[in-house]
Amino acid sequence: MTKLFRKVFFFYYEGFRNMTVGKRLWLIIAIKLFIMFAIFKVFFFPNFLKTRFHNDHQRSEYVLEQLTTPNHKN
Amino acid sequence: MEILNAALVDWSRAQFALTAMFHWLFVPLTLGTSFIIAIMETIYVKTGKEIWKRITKFWMTLFAINFAIGVATGIILEFEFGTNWSNYSWFVGDIFGAPLAVEGIMAFFMESTFFAVMFFGWNKVSKKFHLISTWMVAIGSNLSALWILVANAWMQNPVGMKFNPVTARNEMVDFWEVLFSPTAINKFLHTVTSSYVLSAVFVLGVSAWFLLKKRNIALAKRSIVVSSTFGLIMIIVTIFNGDESAREVYRTQPMKFASLEGLYYGAQAAPLVTFGIFDIHKPTMENQNPKVFTNKFEVPKLLSLMATLKPNSYIPGINDFIKGNEQYGIVSYFDRIKMGKEAIGALKVYQKERGKNDSIANAALTTFKENYKYFGYGYYNDPYDLIPNVPLVFYSFHVMVGLGFWFLILFILGLVFVLKDKVQDKRWFLLTALWTIPLAWLASEAGWLVNEMGRQPWVIQDLMPTTTAISNINTTSVMITFFLFAVTFTVLFIAEVRIMLKQIKQLKDGGH
Repeated sequence: MTKLFRKVFFFYYEGFRNMTVGKRLWLIIAIKLFIMFAIFKVFFFPNFLKTRFHNDHQRSEYVLEQLTTPNHKN
Repeated sequence: MEILNAALVDWSRAQFALTAMFHWLFVPLTLGTSFIIAIMETIYVKTGKEIWKRITKFWMTLFAINFAIGVATGIILEFEFGTNWSNYSWFVGDIFGAPLAVEGIMAFFMESTFFAVMFFGWNKVSKKFHLISTWMVAIGSNLSALWILVANAWMQNPVGMKFNPVTARNEMVDFWEVLFSPTAINKFLHTVTSSYVLSAVFVLGVSAWFLLKKRNIALAKRSIVVSSTFGLIMIIVTIFNGDESAREVYRTQPMKFASLEGLYYGAQAAPLVTFGIFDIHKPTMENQNPKVFTNKFEVPKLLSLMATLKPNSYIPGINDFIKGNEQYGIVSYFDRIKMGKEAIGALKVYQKERGKNDSIANAALTTFKENYKYFGYGYYNDPYDLIPNVPLVFYSFHVMVGLGFWFLILFILGLVFVLKDKVQDKRWFLLTALWTIPLAWLASEAGWLVNEMGRQPWVIQDLMPTTTAISNINTTSVMITFFLFAVTFTVLFIAEVRIMLKQIKQLKDGGH
């Protein structure tokens, strides 16, 4: 089992080490994921219902209130 | 409820459209190139010729660039669901949960395992295992797309679910009905096969560039053989499943169908407008202007034939939906609005009386269920607000279809020229193939415009309009993130194009 894990580990390790174009691509992926998750998600995209309400019951009540009071919309 | 302003709706929609369309720059190339690479590698394994290994590795590099830059750009859409579209997310939660969870698990295992073997496994695993991994990447990435498209299809034709009036959520009652609804099957087939066409145009166009530069001739010619053959088969399949998709739209979203043909007034033996320029005067209640097009070219009876397979059948127009047509069993939008308001009112009463006065609550629930089919119409007062942007849908549809037929011609020419070994001498064809590359994306994005703009004002067909789906958040924050995304995605797109161009230009001449 340990042998298998070592084999798999070195397969990935050597693969990453020997990459040419891939190194730059991984850098792009890392920067992109950082921007998306550490900046966009944290600072600009809070989950509206999760941050405003404590439980699903409150969320249901809120959405039902939104759905059943349509007069201002159209 | 607080007043939601039009600017918030517009900016939320613009932001979603921007991110979805940018995301779609990357996705179709991944879907199709993965299969083209798998075919090329299969030829390598079958023939043992090193040139095919070189060809496979080259296109694999371009595939990797596209995959790396595009991967996770779709996650932004999920962020937007939670922040900007909270009512919608809550309303559909259970429907989307299962397909997206399956997609996440499948994509992770397929991609982390077989993707690694595909790129790191040359000379480390057997030829056969490497080939299997390449095919698995192709199948896996296409299956990932399946789940997203199933979710989208459900929004166009909400089946296999039941609305829970206590929680305000739709709950899945039949997973298989959601997965195998005709809308989902047609959507998946048309989307993936058209993506294969886009990829084939890309491979053909890049190969044409090599021939124009008189470099990598062997690689380019063989790539043209594969891309033209694959593209030709796939564009034929796309035309056929597109035809079936149109019939499905006619059955489930007839207003969208009427819009994509600019059919304001229903007609027996309806002609198909193959080319048309809209008149600026749109028909309204007050302005019953029957002249929809200033100029048009139409094929008699073809629209009836396309929609119903009967050349003399009646095809309802936009006016039939607004005013209703008893003869053909079409309930008017005026009546649907009334029934929608009944449903909304009954839901409100049910909420208020539930647990207090059971008889009133039960009566309200019965009224709600009877009218739920037209729930979303209750948010409107004017039926004319329920008409999508007809010229935009019409033009997008015709651009998509027109380009589809152009790709058919291009692949036939490519195949004929390369099999006669004359392709390198046809400079006009090579230039045309090269400049067709952006047109493939134009056709693909136009298809999504038809799909998404044609169903407006619905975010979920007949049940939830776009205006009801959004969160009541600050418009400025949506505007800021719109521009942040625009900048980020533009940078990513430029990076992709630059890295790809560098790889293409750097490819050393060689191979026989």
